[in-house]
Amino acid sequence: MSLPLALPRQLSRQQRSGLSSAWRQPLALAGIAIVVSWILLAILAPLIVRGDPLAQDFPRFLPPSPQHWFGTDGVGRDVLTRTIYGARISIPLALLLVSLSLLTGSLLGALAGYFGGLVDELVMRAADLVFAFPTLILAMAVLAALGPGLQNAVLAIVVVAWPAYARVVRGLVMSTRGADYVNATRLLGASARRALVIDVLPNVAGPVLVLATLDLGAAILLLSGLSFLGLGARPPAPEWGSMIATGAQTFNFWWVGTFPGLAILTVVLGFNFLGDTLRDALDPRTSRDIRQRVL
Amino acid sequence: MSALLVLDGLSVWLPSREGQVAVVDHIDLEVQPGEVVGVAGESGSGKTMTALALLGLLPPHAVTEGRAVFGDRDLLKINRRELRHLRGRDIGMVFQDPMTSLHPMLTIERQLTEHVRYHRGVSRAEARRDAITMLEEVRIPDPAGALNAYPHQFSGGMRQRIAIAIALACSPQLLIADEPTTAVDVTVQAGILRLFNRLRERSSLSIMFITHDLGVMASIADRLYIFYAGRVVESGPTGDLLTRPRHPYTRGLLDALPHPEGEPMPLRPIAGAPPAPAARPPGCPFHPRCPYMLASCAVDVPTLEPIGGGRRLACPVDPLREAS
Amino acid sequence: MPRRSVAGSIVSVLDVTDVVVEYRRPGRDPVRAVAGVSLSLDAARILGLVGETGCGKSSLARAAVGLVRPSAGSVRFNGELVTPLGRRTRPMRQTRLQMVFQDPFSSLNPRRKAGEQIADGLAISGKGSSGQRRVRVGDLLSQVGLPASAASRYPHEFSGGQRQRIAIARTLAAEPTVIVADEPLAALDASIKAQLANLMISLSRELGAGLLFISHDLAIVRHVADLVAVMYLGLVVEVAPTREMWAMPLHPYSEALIAAVPRLDRIRALPAALPGEVADPAHPPQGCRFHPRCPYVFDRCRIESPPLREVAPGRQVACWLQEQGRARALPRAQRPPA
Repeated sequence: MSLPLALPRQLSRQQRSGLSSAWRQPLALAGIAIVVSWILLAILAPLIVRGDPLAQDFPRFLPPSPQHWFGTDGVGRDVLTRTIYGARISIPLALLLVSLSLLTGSLLGALAGYFGGLVDELVMRAADLVFAFPTLILAMAVLAALGPGLQNAVLAIVVVAWPAYARVVRGLVMSTRGADYVNATRLLGASARRALVIDVLPNVAGPVLVLATLDLGAAILLLSGLSFLGLGARPPAPEWGSMIATGAQTFNFWWVGTFPGLAILTVVLGFNFLGDTLRDALDPRTSRDIRQRVL
Repeated sequence: MSALLVLDGLSVWLPSREGQVAVVDHIDLEVQPGEVVGVAGESGSGKTMTALALLGLLPPHAVTEGRAVFGDRDLLKINRRELRHLRGRDIGMVFQDPMTSLHPMLTIERQLTEHVRYHRGVSRAEARRDAITMLEEVRIPDPAGALNAYPHQFSGGMRQRIAIAIALACSPQLLIADEPTTAVDVTVQAGILRLFNRLRERSSLSIMFITHDLGVMASIADRLYIFYAGRVVESGPTGDLLTRPRHPYTRGLLDALPHPEGEPMPLRPIAGAPPAPAARPPGCPFHPRCPYMLASCAVDVPTLEPIGGGRRLACPVDPLREAS
Repeated sequence: MPRRSVAGSIVSVLDVTDVVVEYRRPGRDPVRAVAGVSLSLDAARILGLVGETGCGKSSLARAAVGLVRPSAGSVRFNGELVTPLGRRTRPMRQTRLQMVFQDPFSSLNPRRKAGEQIADGLAISGKGSSGQRRVRVGDLLSQVGLPASAASRYPHEFSGGQRQRIAIARTLAAEPTVIVADEPLAALDASIKAQLANLMISLSRELGAGLLFISHDLAIVRHVADLVAVMYLGLVVEVAPTREMWAMPLHPYSEALIAAVPRLDRIRALPAALPGEVADPAHPPQGCRFHPRCPYVFDRCRIESPPLREVAPGRQVACWLQEQGRARALPRAQRPPA
């Protein structure tokens, strides 16, 4: 028997763990910075801003000043405090929302993709039904049936958001299911369940994670949108969407609506940058493979 | 007779994580009018990159060095417009994969006549007549009908013939064929090799035939260049080189190939594997796998020297002499 | 009924009997990729299966291991019917029927370490502790010529040839008695092909496993296989011991195939071409499927399809030129100029 072959040079730890130069891009750093800052703000809010977001202690409609960086609103509440406390509503809810959609959607999509046939038909028709309606309208319709409120808003958005995950996961599962390495494990005696869990799902997780991260931004927008329409959070909760709604009624006191709006803008951008970076970070392995074969 | 194509110290550098890497390392090569020159090598040998360098089809950020003189012009120095004129009109190219070498959404007529009309300015009717002639040359049944068809309606072998017709439509002087028969069946390959032979006998077409298959080389090439890790390690007339190989890599390769003729012998593989461009060893790139290695081989890079009979060799050790 | 081996004793481990593999396509005619093939593989023997595009050898390979359900006929492993993989899990005793796939890039899971994948066969059967499995993985790696440190690496860190070795090690973990290799060398460099061909031959001998070696590369098959079967358009047209097939092919297609291989000892001699094209498997010709391209064709060929018959000990041919019990060498026909 010939001597063991020399292996290629050990890849650096960074290369082996799949991290690549994608994380060192300015957009990635910006995304990480923004998201981390907001999460810290949300967690540490009581320590950072003194005062109660619901307290109506101050003179109304004060413009931004050194005492009130973001001014005060129509009933005398400090806008800065309310904006920061808004993160404690929007961000956890968005995370909850995306997690629920991801779990339901992925599970249904995986079943549809792996088993095909009737299961596939049922899931896909249900998804088509949801896709047929504009997102916001459908969410509003569900909310109308359930009654307004933040919890119901979350539920409504999950109903609207799961098909996107289902479709992505179904496609990935279908393409992975036929891959030779899945066949190989089945030939070794693996059950369909084992093949699904050990071989198929890990390859599916990456793109789904990208989708979820990008979805976080969309979830916040949708949540805020519903609250803006009066269907989600109810006053006096410091939710960004409802704050913008109130602010929109008093446009000349621009600070009331603008700062919550900027908050939404920055958070959503941060998650989008993060999602894009994730997608780039997960891709290079394939493109590197292709490059090496061209020679 | 002046050479049609002369490569002089041609090098191609590509950027990589490890810095600039020489995928083609000082290649000297010649193609005379009317001859078939074989370029043989495995992956990482730089044979495809050499062809791409000639045609200006290298990936962005590639850096070239040396000269590639075609006729009286250096292909590496001329501007893009001139190169575009040369490509298709004076130099044709055929690629490996018949499934992707034709545009799936254009008719055969369009693919056969578009560049002809661009380079020669002929009318549509005349270009169409020439196209039918070309298809007859490459033995496509029902050429007139084929003009209106699309690539997916043809088999792999037929598509390759059409690709050859497209490459030769403007009667170029040089045809570069990169693994043209690797992706087709052996009986189809035989037909395409015969086609190449017929084409070059009827005109003074020169062919630069790139492949890893030494058997194919034996049937079609007049002279052969053996590439390894971006360098030419040996060259010379095909018959002499294949029956009396002098470079250890060539010998190793011939021993590792199953020979359809003669008694089936156990295959003697070459230990190890061709190095990746970024991981080439110092000195002679083949030395880690070489059974005749000397201490100096790890340090000195051997140059390609003439050894008589039109043969050139880049190796200080001559295994043939050792054996006898 | 197990078939007799070349040596006469009944030791066949894989029996393919009148297998038909048909694919249905919506809105178009169904395609019979395999139109009735019977083959028998003996223990410790290497059977080469050659053919060109459209001959159905890959579909036959997949049917032989149960990746695809045959539309007719049966596949038996050690006398027992092979259950196609569907929702059902393959029983442990049938995991000794293994497959090596063509593409080393898609036959390994990119997200799992090499060692984990090799250990799959052991983990699924529950043999031994994880420590014992690690040792066994090391043994398997050295059996295929890789260092033990390869276990902790990911597939993309290896070359094509090395990945094939890992794939082979994975099948070895199941202690196979039959390995079906579907073009295992096709994606590899010439100098690496030789290494892996030798590896597969020695493994087959060491393990006493039958190897069904499928390839379009006749020259490699000639070196690797004891027995060769030639397929054309879904049918086996000739079976013979390798040496005898080369010295005297009995079927016109085998003859054409051998004549088409470029040879290193005939410098500047062009290999012979076969006129015409392979017919669409969905619409094979009437009578003998090869007759439109056959240089020796006569009337009977156009009407009746010749069965595969034994014409000499160990030699089977499907051709009207041959009679039962008498193997006749083919007249050397003039090849029309290509």
